[in-house]
Amino acid sequence: MTAPRLAVAITGMNAVPDNPGAGLAVARCLREAHGRGIRIVGLGYDALDPGLHRREYCDSVHLLSYPGSGAQALMTRLAEIHEAEPIDVLLPCLDSELPLLVGLVPDLAERGVRTYLPSAEQLAMRAKDRLAELAREAGVAMPETLAITQADFFRAAEREEWRYPLVVKGVFHDARIARNRDEAEQAFRAIAAEWGLPVLVQRRIVGEECNLAGIGDGRGALLGEVMMKKRAVTGRGKAWAGISIHDEALSDISRRLVAALKWRGPIEIEMIRDSQGEYQLIEINPRFPAWIYLSQGVGRNLPDLLLALALDRPPPPLAPPAPGLLFIRYAEETLVPLAAFERLMIDGQLLSDTSSK
Amino acid sequence: MEQQQPSHHRQAVALPDPATLKRLALSDSGFVFDPVTGNSFTANGSGLAILRQLQGGSTLGEVVAALGAEFEVVSPVAERDVIEFIGQLRNAFK
Repeated sequence: MTAPRLAVAITGMNAVPDNPGAGLAVARCLREAHGRGIRIVGLGYDALDPGLHRREYCDSVHLLSYPGSGAQALMTRLAEIHEAEPIDVLLPCLDSELPLLVGLVPDLAERGVRTYLPSAEQLAMRAKDRLAELAREAGVAMPETLAITQADFFRAAEREEWRYPLVVKGVFHDARIARNRDEAEQAFRAIAAEWGLPVLVQRRIVGEECNLAGIGDGRGALLGEVMMKKRAVTGRGKAWAGISIHDEALSDISRRLVAALKWRGPIEIEMIRDSQGEYQLIEINPRFPAWIYLSQGVGRNLPDLLLALALDRPPPPLAPPAPGLLFIRYAEETLVPLAAFERLMIDGQLLSDTSSK
Repeated sequence: MEQQQPSHHRQAVALPDPATLKRLALSDSGFVFDPVTGNSFTANGSGLAILRQLQGGSTLGEVVAALGAEFEVVSPVAERDVIEFIGQLRNAFK
């Protein structure tokens, strides 16, 4: 009798072209590391999430309740899935579900589902409205940012030396560049309506966007850092081409931030290298980025490292930094038989023996 | 080979940061990659020759002399090309 395969559940299968979740890339990294030696359970929020239909990466897939339904509804759904096919490790890949999931860690652990996540306090410390405080503590430069509650701010903005273009951001999501007062007020209203108040206004830094992905060990160390510079972006500023780099300065800044947070779990640090060559902190994401497959390419398979940490297993070996590897995204259609789509819509799941090929 | 004399003009030319030049990956095809910034660009034969000289720690005078010899151009022409290229390098590595 053979032992059941390790089951790893991964969220964020919304690998949509303009703003992809990281789940499919994480699944791809794990599939390349373990082949069919593990069972990958894809978790999504919409039957049209593209990653759910890539059956070479997901052995089975399930739909979850949206985070807006609350922690209890999410836990109930995860328990149902766990009942249908036991999950050993859960790797969430979306920002919006993390505040709920970190609160569910003890419940999940009791059911035998392992995670490797930050605490609620760590999560809050890197939120956009507290990022400036963290940057100060870690000695990292960051563009000046103000939290505002009224669009009237933009009437006097230029008198107050806040010159356009400015970046208008939601506390949780969304960032828009405003070239004048009209655009700024419009962005404020749209963001406030969707994400609530306050809205953040940030001075726009012109430069090259460089991001770092890694894993915090929860004691202050940053493991397995992989750095990438965006070479081409979508209309929403998301990378569709990038190249691996290695810059000790970026590494040092990231280590200071992770140490200040005592971060536990995957992390992405977004920086802009300004015209003076100085790195300015833009954002810290509490999860892997969608470009994480690059880590596998440079011999530092971070999702596999995360899996080892979650399982208390020895970490896989990491290659030395390897600058100069490009990634380029492309669009491709996945064909989905109607029967498979119907199953997912009606049952909320597609198990391996009923999957489309 | 023509003897190189330092000129006032030449002395005023600031070379790019040696550490930046050292880290560049140069390919015979003329493709140049900076592993720290991720930037890449292409250089023609004389540009590549200048970069190799600079990576080797040559002074401006030595670069001009080497370029003149390799491409059989007179010193003022070589000097003009080198200074122009160094200006482009400084902009590229700002």
